[in-house]
Amino acid sequence: MRKAMLAAGAAVAAAALLAGCSSTSGSGSDATADTNLSATISYAFWDSNQKPAMDALIKDFNKTYPKIKVTEQITPYQNFFTKLQTQGSSKTLPDVFWMNGPNFQLYASNDMLEPIGSGIDPSNYPASLNELYSYDGKQYGAPKDFDTIGVYYNKAIFDKAGVAYPTANWTWDEFHQKAKAISDKLKGDGIYGVASGLSGGQEVYYNTILQAGGSIISKDGKKSGYSDPKSIKGLQFVRDLIADGSSPTPSQLSDTPQDQWFINGKSAMFWSGTWVNAELLGSPVKDSIALAPLPKDERSATVIHGLANVVAKSSKNKPAAVAFQTYLAGKKAAEIQAQMGAANPAYNDTQQAFVKSAPWDLNIFLTEAKDSSFPYPISKNTAAWNKLESDLLPDAFDGKRPVAEVAKELAEKMNAALAKE
Amino acid sequence: MMSTSTITGKAGAVATTAAPATTGRGGRRRPSRGSSRAKKTEWLWAAVFVLPLLFGVVVFYIWPIIRNAYFSFTTWGVFGGATWSGLNNYETLLADPMFWRSILNTLIYVGFLLLGIPLAVVFASLINRPGLRFASVYRTAFFLPYVAMPAAVSMVWRIIFNGDFGMLNYVLSLVGIKGPNWLSTEWIALIAVGIVGMWISVGFNLIVLSAGMKGIPPEMYEASSLDGASRLRQFFSITVPLLSPSIFFVSVMTVITGFQLFDLLYALMGTQNPAINNTQSMVYLFFQHQQTGDNGYAAAVGMAILVLVGVFTILQFRMQKRWVNYV
Repeated sequence: MRKAMLAAGAAVAAAALLAGCSSTSGSGSDATADTNLSATISYAFWDSNQKPAMDALIKDFNKTYPKIKVTEQITPYQNFFTKLQTQGSSKTLPDVFWMNGPNFQLYASNDMLEPIGSGIDPSNYPASLNELYSYDGKQYGAPKDFDTIGVYYNKAIFDKAGVAYPTANWTWDEFHQKAKAISDKLKGDGIYGVASGLSGGQEVYYNTILQAGGSIISKDGKKSGYSDPKSIKGLQFVRDLIADGSSPTPSQLSDTPQDQWFINGKSAMFWSGTWVNAELLGSPVKDSIALAPLPKDERSATVIHGLANVVAKSSKNKPAAVAFQTYLAGKKAAEIQAQMGAANPAYNDTQQAFVKSAPWDLNIFLTEAKDSSFPYPISKNTAAWNKLESDLLPDAFDGKRPVAEVAKELAEKMNAALAKE
Repeated sequence: MMSTSTITGKAGAVATTAAPATTGRGGRRRPSRGSSRAKKTEWLWAAVFVLPLLFGVVVFYIWPIIRNAYFSFTTWGVFGGATWSGLNNYETLLADPMFWRSILNTLIYVGFLLLGIPLAVVFASLINRPGLRFASVYRTAFFLPYVAMPAAVSMVWRIIFNGDFGMLNYVLSLVGIKGPNWLSTEWIALIAVGIVGMWISVGFNLIVLSAGMKGIPPEMYEASSLDGASRLRQFFSITVPLLSPSIFFVSVMTVITGFQLFDLLYALMGTQNPAINNTQSMVYLFFQHQQTGDNGYAAAVGMAILVLVGVFTILQFRMQKRWVNYV
């Protein structure tokens, strides 16, 4: 984590330097920009659940900048980045838009983004997030929100199976024993100990790999970590859960997604992040849900991911766009988001309103973010090797091929993909 | 041949009304023997009438195909900037086991759809039995799956096929069979998708074939029943042969739509399905590569689809001489 701090520090320095340059050239990445700026800018995002919060933010922004008109462009996530790529190709990107980890470097390395303005102070956000949105020593994204992974569990099922609840410092072995015990006891009811998403790494296997002391990708983003025996151990743990029936198979999880198993009382535990909070609050098992941190192996670990607001380099109204990004990065905007339950804001110490939104202890996510979080693994073309992961890993989890063999093939192919970047 | 003369004929007629002064007695003259000037005007008018359609076809079909052919020889960066890379994409394509698998999967799917044609012929002849009550109700019922959104249809079938909680496996469990995860097991998923595809396509085929049956003269049936032919005999000796032009049309269309399999597969199985790679169609392969920014390669897949559809359509036209009867 110290390294992450250093990177963040470098990013601050770089941002300050850049702001210095631009104020002389008059392009105005300056936070104290003229509040009389008159412009129309576009703001693109994908989550329509968050539209009310975004509306409120724009309204509040207009109190300071009454002459900047912000128009929203909402595109569902499935098409968001396809559309953005087309817009990027024709230099018609929205002025300000949401960015996520897997796509960030692609845009930064293709010179599509403007570094953050001097009015944004990275020390206000978790260091891992600043690292996630920095490229070549420059920070481009202003962290918007974040999520870490925890274990949601259903107390009623634990009681029924006569298994003790998870404790704060639990280990893989304890987790596995509980999951197995519940699956065995409640087999007749079709209830599993754990059902978590295996289609991407974020919810389960990135975490287990990191907990075992392995890595998904090297720090510089040039080499795969999948052939590391520790990484293989992390994957093997997932396989073991499926092999002895503690968890449904990838096929079963494809037919019925993990969240459905959990909210219908068919699984006792469920690894997931803050984003399922709203869904769980509205679910039939709401009253018996509790939250525990992820179990540890060699170390405690969770990936941290969050969205950021970025400004397009091709923006024709850059001062206005930067002013809006700076506003969104501020404390007030974070508080509005938290109050409206839209997302867990990235701005330090503004999460209390969000923590209060559920009866289970959401503080666990915040503690994890501070103490044991690792940046979400990315490279310049993350999508290329994400595809390799989802092509190859199901065979390992399903037991069709040995985990180590699959991991080595994945590492090889991923290295080939990384070499092309 | 036929279509050309129709166009000239019409154009000639219009030319007369539009410019009577220049063509004079043109209206009574046979277009093919018109003076060169009249012929010119006719061609001009023909062009004017064909132009709007032609414009659409060129802009939205021909030009994209040409561009796609060009891009299939390039390496295309995520944000544009295609660089010429010769046959590189095609070499990778031919060496890619996923490509061959996607052809096989697509052909199997097309096979399922073609199996639906005999079914549609049988259903159509049942529905068109004279004196059948509620015929239009049946027709609507069969046609509904075809007009319904594939995404909506898929949602329902997903529930039916669900491995743990699905209706199908529940019914199977009643007779003591433990059903598989239909949509997430290799090979079985392809069968499931094929069945749904067949179910959808029967509706369209049924309507086309019903229309074809209406064109069969009733005297044929009367005459044959006087000769003592059974209903079954009538079906095989009158209905099927006289319906063969419609069957031919339907099978050409079926093969083309089968090769375009994408939405059904995408909605039924989803992108995160462990069996998707071994079940994917050619269009899905295109989509996957396009999603990861590998656009040059995706374009090459597109060309392969074009070539295969072309080959199969030509083959069908060649073979029709053997079995299609034009009365």
